[in-house]
Amino acid sequence: MKPAFLFAGLAAALALAGCTSQKPLYYWGSYEQNVYDMYIVPDKATAEKQVEDLEADFERARSAGRPVPPGFQAHLGHLYFQLGKLDLARRAFESEKAAFPESAVLMDRFIKKLEG
Amino acid sequence: MHKPIVLLGGAAALVLLAGCATQKKDYTAFLNHQPKSVLVLPPLNQSLDVKATYGVLSTVTRPLAEMGYYVFPVAVIDLLMKENGLPTAYEMHQVPLNKIDEIIHPDAILYMSVEEYGTKYSILDSSTIVRLGARLVDVESGDLLWTGHVDVRVSGSQNSGGGIIGMLVSSAVNQVVASSTDKAHGIAGQANAQLLTTPNRGLLYGPYHPKFGLDGK
Repeated sequence: MKPAFLFAGLAAALALAGCTSQKPLYYWGSYEQNVYDMYIVPDKATAEKQVEDLEADFERARSAGRPVPPGFQAHLGHLYFQLGKLDLARRAFESEKAAFPESAVLMDRFIKKLEG
Repeated sequence: MHKPIVLLGGAAALVLLAGCATQKKDYTAFLNHQPKSVLVLPPLNQSLDVKATYGVLSTVTRPLAEMGYYVFPVAVIDLLMKENGLPTAYEMHQVPLNKIDEIIHPDAILYMSVEEYGTKYSILDSSTIVRLGARLVDVESGDLLWTGHVDVRVSGSQNSGGGIIGMLVSSAVNQVVASSTDKAHGIAGQANAQLLTTPNRGLLYGPYHPKFGLDGK
């Protein structure tokens, strides 16, 4: 009788576990807020200000041992490109590609553009 | 005589399960193509608010990436398209799949439209609405992998207090504030998450998620 009771409880627990969210895969920081600000309040999202935010996020992610999300390094690389920091841009595009090989075609295109 | 208890536990499990899964969706095409990377184009705006396209675009990466997909950098893609003579979301949505494949090479494209976006006011209350439609298309074959729709409405009266005068005052204040802020932006994140991550209605887990391959069968 008891095992049956236990089983029903276990089933309920399992069903609950299916709903509960788990720890996020990435350290998000201000990436999405910066994207929003770029379009809606551009004064708050100059390339310089965004670089400052994203570099700080990157450090925080690193000290927490968590990965930055897909697109983060590519976005940062593009900002470096806009500011004429071509070496940093290249390094960021390479990092995006290394972390996410799905981005290779686009990142190679950007790197080629840097070489002019 | 323990039967009722067991039955109750079983019923509880069923109710909990039902909370997750309301209807069965057909994931056959999705499983056949199993995309790894998703390109999100700026959503078409059918609402009256000019902020809708980017309010939604700026909150879509997180739920999609947390489902286990590679998501191309949404703003960089938007700029790339604009630099190449495609000034609006409408024009970006017309680009042939083979062209996008050649330049960006995503496995799938998420085409979205914002059907409603913004806050509606009445004398005593306000309600913020974000309504979205979306389709996920396989780039190589052109097959439709998934469609989704979501309608999120949040009432502003949930955080007002101070009786009828307080409500009148806060309603007036809300109206003034609303012209310069974008409440729907916060709701857009919620709408995107609900659209993409609801089990048995949203996307299946992608390759970067620990539960990849366990759902949708």
